[in-house]
Amino acid sequence: MAAAAQGLVRMPVWRARFVLAALVAGFLLIAGRSLYLQAVKTDFLQEKGEARYARVLEVPATRGRILDRNGEALAVSTPVKSIWAIPSDVSLGSTQRKKVASLLVMDAGEIDRRLSDGSRDFVYLKRQVSPETAEAVAALGIKGVHEQQEYRRYYPAGEVTAHIVGFTGVDDAGQEGVELSHQALLGGRAGSRRVIKDRLGQIVEDVESIRAAQAGADLTLSIDARLQSLVFGALKAAVEAHRAKAAAAVLVDVRTGEVLALANVPSYNPNNRTRLSGAQLRNRAVTDMFEPGSTLKPFTVAAALESGKVQPGTLIPTAGGRMTIGRYTIHDSHPAAAMTVAQVIQKSSNVGAAKIALGLPREAMWDFFRRVGFGAAPPVGFPGAASGRLRPSRTWQPIEQATMAYGHGIAVSLLQLAHAYTVFATDGELVPLTLVKATTFASGEKIVSTETARAVRAMLELAVQNGGTAPRARIMGWRVAGKTGTAHKQENGAYAANKYLSSFVGFAPASAPRLLFAVMVDEPSAGQYYGGSVAAPVFAQVMQGALRTVGEPYDAPLEPIQLPGEGDDDAREST
Amino acid sequence: MAKLNLLLLAVLVACAIGLVTSQHRSRKLFSEIEREQNRSRELDVDYGRLQLEASTWGLHQRVQKIAAGSLGLRPADPRRVRIVQPAASR
Repeated sequence: MAAAAQGLVRMPVWRARFVLAALVAGFLLIAGRSLYLQAVKTDFLQEKGEARYARVLEVPATRGRILDRNGEALAVSTPVKSIWAIPSDVSLGSTQRKKVASLLVMDAGEIDRRLSDGSRDFVYLKRQVSPETAEAVAALGIKGVHEQQEYRRYYPAGEVTAHIVGFTGVDDAGQEGVELSHQALLGGRAGSRRVIKDRLGQIVEDVESIRAAQAGADLTLSIDARLQSLVFGALKAAVEAHRAKAAAAVLVDVRTGEVLALANVPSYNPNNRTRLSGAQLRNRAVTDMFEPGSTLKPFTVAAALESGKVQPGTLIPTAGGRMTIGRYTIHDSHPAAAMTVAQVIQKSSNVGAAKIALGLPREAMWDFFRRVGFGAAPPVGFPGAASGRLRPSRTWQPIEQATMAYGHGIAVSLLQLAHAYTVFATDGELVPLTLVKATTFASGEKIVSTETARAVRAMLELAVQNGGTAPRARIMGWRVAGKTGTAHKQENGAYAANKYLSSFVGFAPASAPRLLFAVMVDEPSAGQYYGGSVAAPVFAQVMQGALRTVGEPYDAPLEPIQLPGEGDDDAREST
Repeated sequence: MAKLNLLLLAVLVACAIGLVTSQHRSRKLFSEIEREQNRSRELDVDYGRLQLEASTWGLHQRVQKIAAGSLGLRPADPRRVRIVQPAASR
């Protein structure tokens, strides 16, 4: 017992206390650490943890399609791949290099050149290859060569719609035409989001949307692909037949102000834009100014009718087709002692138009030209629309007022001219033009009285009858009205003797106009150059097809057109 | 007291398992919706491609060439065309 009691050594109390304190301290340490991690460092740790399985994904925005008024595609983006490389990572064997070169249809030396630039860590080997090619390149399994998804824009109608639709650059941003003017709408905005992926790479949870992607919206144009193709074909044929330098045309629906077709020759293929010349790229109908010549006479007459100074039947002395102002003499190709105002339009008399203009105050004439839209870019939403040239009236000399009456000394674009003619195609309203499909009828600004508009329309109808300047503009089944123009081209400040610009602006059916067509042919050089023999037949061809396409009822007896023979004396004009 | 604790423990375990299953199901559904969205994107791309193809085949110059060339079609003589007015404009 005693031995046992002796064996029970009583431990000093401090040892137990020490162990207890150590244990408590240990627990406190752990609690403190966990508190620190949970409360203070929690954001950092969660972020680190998430980074193990969370990924930020780019959400690409596809570019909207461009459609014609019937929903036919004019521009569509489809995905393609771009092949890029990190030069310092790539070591190509010669067989591999050959393979890559043949797959990408590139020169092997070109590949070497691109890869030799060690200072960059990103070079494109080739952009926009087909998904199949990209797959084949990826199958080679070359280290440092990667692919990237991109979009490429295709234009199925090619050169026919090239100038309206325009094109995008390699970065999918609009560079010309509607692609440029409606970039904001079509472009959309790429976004990004953070997601959680599982070990199979599948997305299992959406953490947050960093930036919402916005897909580009589709754009429906006012263009009718059928009419566009008709107009383009007619222009191309005219340029060939008359060995002209260029041609342009605009077809407008008068009731809505929609541009149904707008074509230029020469054109280009927007799908393959290597070796493009400026002449091909130019959208002449919209961006080029020219002296319109006689196509401007109806505006002079309309201004005079509005002022009340003349009536359609008023006799204008045309002095045998010659008129001298200062040092200048104005000629007529159809001299007469006197003509009525209507005949001035019908026979396209320069002297008559000049006399009518000189009876007007120059401010009134300027104001009228201004109100039909000359000298200001038409608000059609198109890049580079020309505003034309209309000098302030206080600088006009009498000779200038006289020449302006028949379209010289003033410059307009074809689009402006077409726009201005809507005044005569409607009952005096200037209809705003649009390239985007309209849902309602347009309401224009009233420029001239209904009587004036109808009177001028009647004169324009006379101009296409036998005895007028453009009998070749007539078509079977519909009454048409219009005016020819043949202008000497200016070169280095002087008028070139044998370079002409033939034009025709007209509309049909004349009883209730629906379609308005303006066409100009630049430098026809196959002998004929009068607007009545170069531009008017294009008008007839297009108008006939277009009226049939839109299903316009006939307003004229269905009899074959009796044209005066080639040698016959139909009126011509010299401006 | 012990009984109540046991009961609460059971409830807790049940809740925990429920949470795990619902999380799992939500992830499954999410990956499904993700798949479907991808499919819809792919179909959209296909649609664009088909539209492109349709436009290319239906090019007006091509149609015209075939109509005039191999089919021998031509525009009707206007004298043999009758235009029917819509009823509204009688």
